[in-house]
Amino acid sequence: MTAQGSKLGLDPAMVRAARHLARIAGQPIVDMARSHSTVSVERAVLRLAGLDGADEGGMPWVNRLVDAVRDTTGLEHGVALPAWDALVTGGYPDLATLARDAAAGQVKFRVPEGQDAAAARAAARAALARGFAVIDARRAQRESMIAETSDPPRPWIYLIVATGDIYEDIPQAQAAAREGADVIAVIRSTGQSLLDYVPEGATREGFAGTYATRENFRLMRAALDDVSRELGRYVRLTNYASGLCMPEIAALAGRERLDMMLNDCMYGIIFRDINPRRTFIDQRFSRQIHARAGIIINTGEDNYLTTADAVDAAHTVIVSQLLNEFFGAEAGLADWQLGLGHAFEISPEVPDSFVLELAHAQLVRELFPDAPLKYMPPTKHMTGNVFGGFLLDAFFNLAGVMTGQSILLVGMMTEGIHTPFLSDRDLALENVRYVARAAGRLGENFSPPPGGFVQQRAQQVLADAVELLRRIGSDGLLNAIADGTFGITRRPADAGRGLEGVFERAEGYFNPAAEFLEDPAVAGEGRQA
Amino acid sequence: MSGPVIRPYGDTTGDGRVQLSFTLPVPFGTERERAVAEGAALQLAAKMGLEPAMVVHAKGMGPAFTFFIVYGRASHLVDLSEVTVAEREFPVLPAAEINLRIRSGLGREMVVLGACIGTDAHTVGIDAILNVKGHAGEKGLEYYREMRVVNLGAQVDVTDLASRAKAEHADAVLVSQVVTQRDAHLAGARALADAFSAGAASGGAASGGAAGGERGGRPLLVVGGPRFDPTMAADLGVDKIFGRGTTPREVASYLVHALIPEPAAAAGAGA
Repeated sequence: MTAQGSKLGLDPAMVRAARHLARIAGQPIVDMARSHSTVSVERAVLRLAGLDGADEGGMPWVNRLVDAVRDTTGLEHGVALPAWDALVTGGYPDLATLARDAAAGQVKFRVPEGQDAAAARAAARAALARGFAVIDARRAQRESMIAETSDPPRPWIYLIVATGDIYEDIPQAQAAAREGADVIAVIRSTGQSLLDYVPEGATREGFAGTYATRENFRLMRAALDDVSRELGRYVRLTNYASGLCMPEIAALAGRERLDMMLNDCMYGIIFRDINPRRTFIDQRFSRQIHARAGIIINTGEDNYLTTADAVDAAHTVIVSQLLNEFFGAEAGLADWQLGLGHAFEISPEVPDSFVLELAHAQLVRELFPDAPLKYMPPTKHMTGNVFGGFLLDAFFNLAGVMTGQSILLVGMMTEGIHTPFLSDRDLALENVRYVARAAGRLGENFSPPPGGFVQQRAQQVLADAVELLRRIGSDGLLNAIADGTFGITRRPADAGRGLEGVFERAEGYFNPAAEFLEDPAVAGEGRQA
Repeated sequence: MSGPVIRPYGDTTGDGRVQLSFTLPVPFGTERERAVAEGAALQLAAKMGLEPAMVVHAKGMGPAFTFFIVYGRASHLVDLSEVTVAEREFPVLPAAEINLRIRSGLGREMVVLGACIGTDAHTVGIDAILNVKGHAGEKGLEYYREMRVVNLGAQVDVTDLASRAKAEHADAVLVSQVVTQRDAHLAGARALADAFSAGAASGGAASGGAAGGERGGRPLLVVGGPRFDPTMAADLGVDKIFGRGTTPREVASYLVHALIPEPAAAAGAGA
């Protein structure tokens, strides 16, 4: 995506100020994340080291092992020191055997010191080196698959499947790819974001979606590899690193070569009532893993506009994007990995609604010229009038094409009525193709007049965003979230789910995965130059 | 005792013309396949009572499916006298009057608890009713001065909801259920009713308003969601079901109607 020349007359000083203020607002959160950890971060370390499987009740071994360490020595030094110490001194063949004994209460964990600590660290580092070698190999495999097939031109067409049964999802996803989808998103079962563990194995039951599991990831990626070869076009796979297990899902996504992941810095807080600290700590570690795995993240700003008004709250989208950009870059994501989100949600009853949408979409395009922006179709004003909805989706497609959006989530005229019929999807793709064919070059011929409505609106939204960032900078981001700044939902920092899984790192905290991810010398090209 | 009998209207009274679209699992490739597909669509239309019918659009979708748009003449008649509707048993009041009725009738804040229950994480519905922002141009219940709204958000366990309702002395509990796969919304509503009846049986003190006694001491249970049938409240063991398109003011008006005795003098003046 090359930057288009500025069409909005944005003041570069204002844009710089916005980024500067986002850094000021975000830095205290980063400092907090650097001095804390969570149960999910620790479990992700074990997953990166290759610990899979679950007990008879379906509780993963990573949970059982982390819980066992937490209940005995505590987690303040990280799970790795006690776990690999027990592994080495107990002569265990692997983590799974250790976890089994630990779950049975047969392992005496300790925080080792001196030579013992050095031995535990060395063993942990060796295990993580093997783990990251797998992730690096998956990344290379993606690049060779793209070379073998082809990389589709943008905008990428993004379609959702969500049957609840991975074996139903697979033929649907393959059919969608044949019909033109460049990206397949498997929506998760609605309960998963608040599970404090990642389910195991292939799953056939889910509500309004399919569980994210390592095996489901593997099955779907393999099926899309088949169809990519058939079509000569690399079809990307997306899932969700949101909820209580962001770092673990990120680890599994890296191990199974997912290509994009939903990963927002505040979505879980606002829409799932997950504790803000838990979210920010988990978010940072999960994004570090995505950076390494070459995964593109998709952020969730579109969601704010489903609860807040899309005109009044337009600037909160920009603020959130700037924060997501800051947090993402700090975690090592390159610009090409930042799929910042926004949405076409202005009420069609508002005069000039389409012109306002153009101003907003163009503003996002110009603020983030190198980001693969993800543009979401209307949902809030899809009323059940499928004919009106089809028209609205066409206008969404037109705005997307005109403003050079990178990833278009295809709108369904039956949005809000049912999970899409085969025919809904087919008609939706017909809609996209028509608009792209008819108006693909309209963008280069679209230049809003200086001082006109579009320019004024974009400049106003940016000014409002700067003003809000200034306020967040002085009040603190956690307070702003507590006050209901985003999505009008109030979320205090000491409430919400998963708070009990947050802890402060002790002196001597050891996280062998973080060492790989934080040190540019070992982290490789996923980090920013 | 037959009422007016009507037919669908295309462009002439009594023409009975309707449109529908559907997909059949048949290929649409060769000339023969196309003929078979269109014949199949017409057969379905005839069995649905559309005769004569005309396939105006047919399109193959992949190797094994065909999409159709069909127009036809419906042979069925509609007898309006046989239509049953759930009449709204309460008037929709202006916000100011709702506040006034609570103040004078209850003499304290009305406590309203809201949640999405079970595994449902879609708070759009409950937020539309409760958030100040509201829905369809109407402010949500948080906006009503005389209501204290506690929105517990997504995926609340029904037993937690019951105990929280008791702790907050809730007058009404509002639950929204969006997910309908495998009838999750119906199972959720029943689980809600069970949790509250279990709470009352285990000695839950009456916490509702004046009418709380009629419900065994439990708060008013209100369920909403786009796919609910509003006539099913009794079957599901709840007091009221709101379907698609419900506005916050309708819900507020219902709460006032159900929880606060009608002021005798004002009866009849409201409509």
